[in-house]
Amino acid sequence: MQFGVFTVGDVTPDPTTGRTPTEAERVKSLIAIALKAEEVGLDVFAQGQHHNPPFVVSSPTTTLGYIAAKTEKLVLSTSTTLITTTDPVKIAEDFATLQHVADGRVDLMMGRGNTGPVYPWFGKDIRDGIPLAVENYQLLRRLWREDVVNWEGRFRTPLQGFTSTPRPLDGVPPFVWHGSIRSPQIAEQAAFYGDGFFHNHIFWPAEHTQRMVEFYRRRFEHYGHGSADQAIVGLGGQVFMRKNSQDAVAEFRPYFDKAPVYGGGPSLEEFSSQTPLTVGSPEQVIERTLGFRDYVGDYQRQLFLIDHAGLPLKTVLEQLDILGEEVVPVLRKEFAALKPAHVPDAPTHASLVAAAGGARMSTGSDTTVHATDDVTGRTVEAGAQA
Amino acid sequence: MTTRTGTTRTLAVVSAGLSTPSSTRLLADRLATATVAALRERGDDATVEVVELRGHARDLADHLTTGFANAELQATIDTVTGADGLIAVTPVFSASYSGLFKTFFDVLDKDALIGTPVLLGATAGTARHSLVVEYALRPLFAYLRAAPAPTGVFAASADWAGGGIDRSLADRVERAAGELAGLVAGRPAGVRPADPFADPATSFEELLRGQ
Repeated sequence: MQFGVFTVGDVTPDPTTGRTPTEAERVKSLIAIALKAEEVGLDVFAQGQHHNPPFVVSSPTTTLGYIAAKTEKLVLSTSTTLITTTDPVKIAEDFATLQHVADGRVDLMMGRGNTGPVYPWFGKDIRDGIPLAVENYQLLRRLWREDVVNWEGRFRTPLQGFTSTPRPLDGVPPFVWHGSIRSPQIAEQAAFYGDGFFHNHIFWPAEHTQRMVEFYRRRFEHYGHGSADQAIVGLGGQVFMRKNSQDAVAEFRPYFDKAPVYGGGPSLEEFSSQTPLTVGSPEQVIERTLGFRDYVGDYQRQLFLIDHAGLPLKTVLEQLDILGEEVVPVLRKEFAALKPAHVPDAPTHASLVAAAGGARMSTGSDTTVHATDDVTGRTVEAGAQA
Repeated sequence: MTTRTGTTRTLAVVSAGLSTPSSTRLLADRLATATVAALRERGDDATVEVVELRGHARDLADHLTTGFANAELQATIDTVTGADGLIAVTPVFSASYSGLFKTFFDVLDKDALIGTPVLLGATAGTARHSLVVEYALRPLFAYLRAAPAPTGVFAASADWAGGGIDRSLADRVERAAGELAGLVAGRPAGVRPADPFADPATSFEELLRGQ
């Protein structure tokens, strides 16, 4: 099982001080969080994509590329990549590039996650959200899997003889998770392709997560990718921890009460009972997280949201220390002991390459075009000799 | 002539009255009793579930901020959206339905009441609000694509004293209840909103082809 953190990159005033971080501070804080995640032994850092204030995450591969250079093991992912308003050609190129930069430590989570006004900025209409997700993702898959693509669709300029470069590392595209809170069509999409399904599992009751995951698992089996319990499931979660649970509640409450996403609504206590939000001791977080398995089955990836609502970076880094030292080691052990042998782990670049019968580069039949200069026609080898 | 076998219908009664006792609840109860009697005349039994929105005032406010219903409110929503017929009664606030009444219908799925027979009722202190059912409630339920009975029942304080403005309140209640019973009885029993997690009718291949 993989453990990590996911962020939406919001710039929110700290309600206890009234201070708002600058955009520069927030961008740098995402990097600091990712580096700390690797340092404390987590597996995954996932960053969101938004194109409107108060978010600073419009360009995920820029940040992830920097993080790739500063880390060794961390898997770099997204939460989410906007498949609705981002050109699938650009996604194919950006993330194939990131694969090369990061030596394959890359996967993606697809999402629609935009509010209405964002769509027109990119020439789209929110009422087409599902059809955009369906068509754009189909094109993205082809761009990664076929060296030359001829394509015509409803939403994008046709492509004639188009090759997306660079080609995916080792000829193997990044693994894709599909994220949705309650659109069955997206769970269906994940099941159809045999991709992963991720439920953000925060801000909403667990019953929503359960229904979506059950549906995805049933359809995964329907499409012949394996048994329902072999489907690839990821969950979010939201925690705030201190050694003593009362301290956690007292420290987190002002952030909860003022947070744009839940301020003015139910109390912290009500929200904690109605959703998977867990504010308390590391032991409470361990117990609650192990309980997720009771309603989604054995799953492959657990990401925690720990850095929103104006929480200062110092506090977030302390949360990562607690996760790395006290929480995740226990969860790793407990989840591993419970998981039956026939339930697969989350796919990685190495496992996907192995499943594909080895890397295309190493078979001697490499046909990827990144070795050829379109203008001069020279291959990399020829160029190197010149 | 075919003999109908009796069916058990479910009636949900939504009352947005705030006081105890409330004339809104009183009107809702009279409409419910009359509708049950009218259904029985047609050979159907009916069970009645009454929802006092006052008890869900905070749940509804929480729903506005969180985007989901807590367990108590969800159970109530399921009762209303799963009913064969609905009786919806509100006091008149500032020339329209109350905010509490509107919020309850705001948080329902926009398709949850499609085709549901509804009896509309309103109460106010003065007869000068008597068209509120027509200019405020009926458009709301038209938007929801529910099936409101032709007669809506408005009751002003004077109506409770007996002796009506043009017809007595009792006559209007009876006529409206008969209309609702007719709409309910003319409908297959147990019609429920579609389950979004049922296996899809449209295959993913069809979605890919843009259908």
